[in-house]
Amino acid sequence: MIGPLRVERRLDTPKWLKVVVPLASLVLAAIIVGILLLATGHNPLSTYHQMYSAAITADGALSSTLVYATPLLFTGLCAAFAFRMRTWNIGGEGQLYMGAVGASATGLVLGDWPRPLVIIAMVIGGALAGMLWAEIPALLRAYLRTNEILTSLMLNYVAGFFMYYLIYDSDSYWRDLTTPGASVFPTGKTLGSHANWPGITIGSFTLPLGFVIGAALAVGLLLLIRSTRYGFEMRVMGDSPQAANYSGIRTKRKILSVMAISGGVAGVAGSSQIGDFGHVLDPRGLQQAQYGYTGIVVAALALYNPIAVVLVSLFIGGLTNAGFALEGPSFPTGLVGTIEGIILFTVLGGEILARYRISWQRRHVVAVGTGVAS
Amino acid sequence: MNSNIVLAVVVSAIAFGTPLVLAGLGELLAERSGVLNLGVEGMMLMGAVCAFYVSQELHWSSALVLFLAVVASMVAGAAMALIHAFLTITIRVNQIVSGLAITIFAGIIGLSSYLGEVWNIGGVAGLHQFNQVNLLGLKNLPILGPLIFNQDVFVYASWVLVVAVLYYLYRTRPGLYLRAVGENPAAADAMGINVTAYRYTHTLIGGALAGLGGAYFTLALAPIWTDGLTAGVGWIAIALVIFAFWRPDLLVLGAYLFGIFSALGPTLQTHHITALPSEFYSALPFLMTVIALAAASTSWANRRIGTPASLGIPYTREEA
Repeated sequence: MIGPLRVERRLDTPKWLKVVVPLASLVLAAIIVGILLLATGHNPLSTYHQMYSAAITADGALSSTLVYATPLLFTGLCAAFAFRMRTWNIGGEGQLYMGAVGASATGLVLGDWPRPLVIIAMVIGGALAGMLWAEIPALLRAYLRTNEILTSLMLNYVAGFFMYYLIYDSDSYWRDLTTPGASVFPTGKTLGSHANWPGITIGSFTLPLGFVIGAALAVGLLLLIRSTRYGFEMRVMGDSPQAANYSGIRTKRKILSVMAISGGVAGVAGSSQIGDFGHVLDPRGLQQAQYGYTGIVVAALALYNPIAVVLVSLFIGGLTNAGFALEGPSFPTGLVGTIEGIILFTVLGGEILARYRISWQRRHVVAVGTGVAS
Repeated sequence: MNSNIVLAVVVSAIAFGTPLVLAGLGELLAERSGVLNLGVEGMMLMGAVCAFYVSQELHWSSALVLFLAVVASMVAGAAMALIHAFLTITIRVNQIVSGLAITIFAGIIGLSSYLGEVWNIGGVAGLHQFNQVNLLGLKNLPILGPLIFNQDVFVYASWVLVVAVLYYLYRTRPGLYLRAVGENPAAADAMGINVTAYRYTHTLIGGALAGLGGAYFTLALAPIWTDGLTAGVGWIAIALVIFAFWRPDLLVLGAYLFGIFSALGPTLQTHHITALPSEFYSALPFLMTVIALAAASTSWANRRIGTPASLGIPYTREEA
């Protein structure tokens, strides 16, 4: 007895299901969130309208949606790329912190160098720092088969405390020790003007440079997964590590390199946080934003497809933006994560429904004899 | 370091270790049935916020209020686990992704924070809490007194629970069946064991215990609600199950060992010993978890390890 619900694989998924199921999942999520809002004394329709306005139609709303979408694009790619090989890098959060540490150091050191060079160096500095941080769980995974989910996650906390140490509890290179007042309220050193990444401004709308870099990375990663031998080997390893091993794929190296790329991408999220937006290493702000963890939501909703990550990062970026813009008694901060969670449940469930058929199990009366006798 | 401080560290290690024992036992039971639950952190937070809400809203005798708060935390944890169980057992969503989704849904920027704000219970001191019980009047015994005979009911309950789980797993028929389901669900099914029912039940018990572990924070450890107050304890509990080799007895030892790592920073700070930066002590439990996980995956440990063979794999009769 497997219980009354039966799940069996569909032989082929009808085209209409592929369109209808994700849409129905989103509608279902909206209904569930609506019920929750009603239960807590909020008006769902006006809340949704406020969110729509805060994320898209209000003055400057689209620009600030992109501010939140940019880091989510990177961390979404970080998770999507690693998850595609079933290497569960949950460490995007910490790799982003380390990327921010690396990029701000690079930007501070180079100071007055020509702007393009500073920008390139900051991207590389952040990527390298993220990569190195991701290699710790990668090495443990490759050589000791240590569960990378937990090690990469633990290192998020370690990276967070490391950032705090740099700014709040030491006389580190990153900390501002000269400005009066900085000894009372510790802050990081503000980077020079050459380390400010230029956005692309169209009218009142600004596209951060980071988003452009992220979109280019998404295309690059898609090509890497889809059309190279490297990507093929990744997919084989994801589907069957044993088959990969027998076919001579160097699995240890693959884990190290996939985690390096994944961590590097998250590191650039840190570079972009410094170059595009903050211009200073701000541990508290980075930690409150939770971009690394939200990147997992983005990757899962995009079904690990890098191009879909670009679109989903805009969607979740809009949601996050609305959350911060509307924050207050009528829109508690926790609502953003709650909505993300419910969308995840319905989309993950719906995705299975598109591939499997669910039916109530009826007790089949097995006709004894018919099979045997004939 | 004088012996007073050592004792102070060990005594508060028991307090810090108790939520790990509770949530760890829950995760152990779920994993023994073959279900990996990465939603522990979120379930703990839901337990913590619901327990605190009940303890603030009801105005009856302390014992009754605390009892109802504990029940609320277990219901909240089990409710989260029901979502996980339905998604992973019935419709076979990937267990890792579903667990992460639970933690995001219920976690620091999710439902637990939302409820805390809607209920308006953030930042106020709790009205009811579990206090130390002078067990058998022996609390003044040297060393053993403060360690064993002066704990709160939660701690004693967690000890009883450890013994109960040990007995259940190794000395009862359902415990044997549970281990069979985790090791080889097809064989268990052939024996007539209802695999789905076992997995649902133990995932829900796991969630209830995670919720209970969360309640320890808001009802005993520091009776106050702040967003994300478990601060990673749920994740350490999951790691604990791995390096305790899925054994309840080792899990308790591990939990108190990690209690020591967590207690070290705060205790040294109250004694004004600041040799290393406070961030180091805060990071210590997480660093030690990485090291312990690595040690548990060496070849020496691998020969002893008891990973349930079907962990993470959904079961369907036709595809087994």
